[in-house]
Amino acid sequence: MKITQISVFLENKKGRLYDAIRVLGEKGIDIKTLTIAENEDFGVLRMIVDKPQEAMEILKVHEFIASITDIVAIEVDDHPGGLAKVLKVLDENKVNIEYMYAFVEKRANKAILVFRFDDLDKAIAVLAKNSIRVIGGKDIGNL
Amino acid sequence: MIFNEKIECLDPQDLKKIQSQRLCHIVDYVYQKSPVFKKKFDEAKIAPGSVKSIEDIVRLPFTVKDDLRENYPFGIFSSSMKDIREIHISSGTTGNPTVVGYSKEDLDLWADVIARSLCCAGALPGDIIQIAYGYGLFTGGLGLHYGSLLLGLTVIPCSSGQTKRQLKIMQDFKPRILACTPSYALYMAETARELGLDPKKSHWQIGILGAEPWSEAMRQNIEERWDIQAIDIYGLSEIIGPGVACECHCKKGLHIFSDVFYPEVIDPVTLKPVGPSGRGELVITSLTKVGMPLIRYRTRDIVTIDCEKCVCGRTSARISKVLGRTDDMIVVRGINVFPSQIEEVLLNIEGTQPHYQIVVEREKGLDQLEVLVELKESFFSDEVKKLQNFEHHVAKEIESVLGIGVKVRLVEPKTIERSEGKSKRIIDKRSL
Repeated sequence: MKITQISVFLENKKGRLYDAIRVLGEKGIDIKTLTIAENEDFGVLRMIVDKPQEAMEILKVHEFIASITDIVAIEVDDHPGGLAKVLKVLDENKVNIEYMYAFVEKRANKAILVFRFDDLDKAIAVLAKNSIRVIGGKDIGNL
Repeated sequence: MIFNEKIECLDPQDLKKIQSQRLCHIVDYVYQKSPVFKKKFDEAKIAPGSVKSIEDIVRLPFTVKDDLRENYPFGIFSSSMKDIREIHISSGTTGNPTVVGYSKEDLDLWADVIARSLCCAGALPGDIIQIAYGYGLFTGGLGLHYGSLLLGLTVIPCSSGQTKRQLKIMQDFKPRILACTPSYALYMAETARELGLDPKKSHWQIGILGAEPWSEAMRQNIEERWDIQAIDIYGLSEIIGPGVACECHCKKGLHIFSDVFYPEVIDPVTLKPVGPSGRGELVITSLTKVGMPLIRYRTRDIVTIDCEKCVCGRTSARISKVLGRTDDMIVVRGINVFPSQIEEVLLNIEGTQPHYQIVVEREKGLDQLEVLVELKESFFSDEVKKLQNFEHHVAKEIESVLGIGVKVRLVEPKTIERSEGKSKRIIDKRSL
């Protein structure tokens, strides 16, 4: 139930984000969601796409530094307290979150929470035990 | 064995006397013979007769590589061409090559200082020497050759290259001495191993290595691999070629033959002498040359100098190994910074490439040093925190070597311009 996230190193230089997004768009890669973490020198573009392997190859060809990370995506109802419920479970089970981001799924009015854990397998086990629905790569592709 | 004990072990006061006499003579000589020096002295308002002792040397104008290039090919010679017996050329990255000319007396001097160097390194008459420096326009091969003949060695003039043949000659002829560049000594060890030979069993006992800067770590590496004494020899074609200075078995600095090559160490920015054992640019005056003497030639090599008498008995000053070059030196907050220092740090850190750029800016009167470092793919992390820690780690390592604070910025691979020269390494945005 892991999902592949692609991370790209972006030097703090005008046009680098556009360059990365453009080369993927040109080859028909659909970006489901993305977020950027940055400091004053550089940014890390993190994204979930429909065809991660292809996307990696395209980025390599264009000499971007990119890597693949396993993340966990959780679907919750898009209403107050939805995220809190999940965080409570993680907190109680001492699961550390490295970072997270979220996006809204249009059709089902669901929110998708994306988590990067330091101990991925433990996190998945905890979520499963507490009946929190973790979605698979296939589901993401169909969004 | 000390080749010229009378000179090499002179009492410092007597040495000074000789240096003073020779300086007075050479100043007068170049003033009369070389229009280039006459012009320099006239412009600096120095009358040759006003130079009375070696202490007066600090008043004299410097000579730099451009003086040779601008007077290409023979303009800076003090002898007429009919008295020049040999010419060598060192290639430059830009513009005209540097041409040097030797009179008969200069060739004799060259052989003499090489013979002194060979003895410093431990060679004895009757030894066989394998010279694997290039023969030809480069000064390495022929310089060692002349000195070896003078000392009474058997010379195998291999020149450089043809490594397999070098190794066969070493096995069959059993020379005790090897002369080549340190990098070639390492390369030959690799080749020997590939051929199934054990470098430790080589016949070489002494390696006389020079013509490029090399570190103590490299010395250890060479000594371990070949099981030899690796001796550093220093020189530059403008002064004579190899044989300006050489280590003795103590390996505590290179004896500079200061009765003929007078050394000074200056601050490359203020051009004033640095204090005792201070680090600075080596400046050399060739006190006795005839064909192409140079006055206060700026070598661009950074060294320290030690004037204490050596355990081996030689009294001449000892220079350190070359610690860097001034060509690409920058001064940041009063500290001399050499790109080579940063390069060495990066080579030792996993995850970086030795491709970097140094940006100096002045913010509110304070110099800021930023080092752009290319990130290696394998070190990339999706976590900003880890990348940031990595930046700090690199900065700390550089700081510990330079002694001043730097900011490190990770950049994408291949974004720093590759160039043959060194100038692109530094972007100085300060308006000084």
